[in-house]
Amino acid sequence: MSQDAPLTLKGTPQGLLLHPRTNDWDALLRALEHSLRDAATFFKGGRVIVELGGRPLPEPALIALRTVLENYDIALWAVLGGDEETQRYARSHGIRTRLPGEAAPEAAGHAPEEPQAAALFIQRTLRSGQKINFPGHVTVLGDVNPGAEIVAGGHIIVWGKVLGIVHAGALGDEGATVCALDLNPSQLRIAGYISRAPDSKRRKPHPEMAYIQQEKIIAIPWNSKG
Amino acid sequence: MAGKIITVASGKGGVGKTTTSANLSLGLALLGRRVICIDADIGLRNLDMMLGLENRIVYDLVNVVEGRCELRKALVRDKHYPNLQLLPAAQTRDKTAITEDDMVRLAREAATLADYVIIDSPAGIEHGFRYATKPAELVLIVTNPEVASVRDADRVIGLLEANGQIETRLIINRLKPDLVRRNEMLDPDDVYDLLAIDIIGIIPEDSAILGASNRGRPVVLDERSEAGEAFRLITRRLEGEDIPLVTPKGPSLFKRLFGTR
Repeated sequence: MSQDAPLTLKGTPQGLLLHPRTNDWDALLRALEHSLRDAATFFKGGRVIVELGGRPLPEPALIALRTVLENYDIALWAVLGGDEETQRYARSHGIRTRLPGEAAPEAAGHAPEEPQAAALFIQRTLRSGQKINFPGHVTVLGDVNPGAEIVAGGHIIVWGKVLGIVHAGALGDEGATVCALDLNPSQLRIAGYISRAPDSKRRKPHPEMAYIQQEKIIAIPWNSKG
Repeated sequence: MAGKIITVASGKGGVGKTTTSANLSLGLALLGRRVICIDADIGLRNLDMMLGLENRIVYDLVNVVEGRCELRKALVRDKHYPNLQLLPAAQTRDKTAITEDDMVRLAREAATLADYVIIDSPAGIEHGFRYATKPAELVLIVTNPEVASVRDADRVIGLLEANGQIETRLIINRLKPDLVRRNEMLDPDDVYDLLAIDIIGIIPEDSAILGASNRGRPVVLDERSEAGEAFRLITRRLEGEDIPLVTPKGPSLFKRLFGTR
C-alpha cells in the first residue's frame, strides 16, 4: 500500500487492525469502503480494532465508521488510543477501549507496537472446493489443486503446485507475494490486481515468485544464481 | 469376523460407479467370497439390472431400514453365483427416506453376513453421497480420464479427508489408449499427479461393457474382455495380492502387449 494511503489494514489474531493515517475522516471512510468492496466476503463476520495512536476520533466519525463496517457485516470491536473524550464515547457506544488482558489504558499519544500478523501452516493438499481464508500469511506444504482457493492477508508460500486460485495481500497489501514450486494458478490476485498464468500446454514446472511491479503482477523464476 | 465395507463413489455422474460396483461384487463372488452389494441410489435403482436380478426383487433397502422386513429376507441371491447377494434400492422413494445412521447400522449388519459389503453410492456430494460413504472402511473413487470428472473426484476426496476417511483408492475408468497416445486424453500419470491417491485399477474403454450391462451379465464374466480382466485384477488387489499396475496400451502391432508403468 502506498505511503499516502489514508489508512492501513492488517490482519491480526484478534481481529482486523485499522490504522488511520490521516485526520480526514471522509477520505478515510471512502478508502475503507473501497478496500471492503474488493474483499467483502473475506471480511464478513470479522471484527475491527482501530488503533488511533494520539489521533482523536470525533464522535460522528466513529458512528460513520461503525455504519460502514456494519454494512459489510463487520463489527467495530475496539478503539484504542485517541484522547480521553474519544475513549469515553467509544465506551458509551459499547466499544472496547482496551483489548482483553491488557492491564492499563494506553497513555494518550503513545501507540503500542503493532501486533504481528500470524501465519497459518497447512500440511496437506488443498482439493477442489476447499477454501482457506486467513488474515495473515499462509504456507502450504502440499498442492493447491484446481478449484481450491487461498485468500491471505499476507504472503502465500506453497511448497508444491499452485493450480487453483490464490489471493495474497487481500487486505490491500501490495507488497504481498506468492511463491510456489510450480506456479500455474487458474487465477492469481495480489491486493487489487488480478492475473492468470499464461496459456501453455506442456510446460516444465519451475519455482516462481509473483509480486506487483509497476501496477502489474509479474512472476519471476527462482534460480539458484539469483 | 465382520466383512469389509467398501463404498464406490465418484461425485460426477455417468463415470461408471454402478458398472464398477456390479463387476467388483460379482468378481469377488467368483473368487469364492461372500458378497452383499447395496444399491444406495434410492429412487434411481440400476444395480439390479446390471446384475440381471431385477425381476426377483420383493423387498428393498428402505423396507429394511423402516423395519418392514429383515435384512436376510430382503437380500436377492444370484441364481448362478450364490455367493453374491443384492440389497436393492427402493424405486418409489427418495434419498430422504434414510439417514447416515440407518446406513451405518445396515452396512454393519450386512458385514456380519458377508466377507465384503459393496455400497454403490449415488452421484453428487449431497445426502446420498454422505450416507453411502459414512459406513465405509475403504472408498473406491471412480473417475474418467477427463478434467471434469477428475475435478469432481478431487472434491470428493477432499470431503472424505475432512471427515477423517482417508482410506481411498482410485479407479480410472474408460481409458482410451489411442486417445492418450494422441494427447487427447489425460493419461493415468496426469490423474495421479493431481489426485495423489493410490490407483487400484485402470479400466480400458470396452464395447463389451455396454452389451454386458444390458444383458445383466457383467463384463467380469467375459474371459476375453480387457475391461473384464481389469476388474478381475482389482478384485485380486482388494484381496491383498500385490499385482503391479499396468496401463492398458490398447491393441497395437503386438495385440494386447502390456507395458508396465
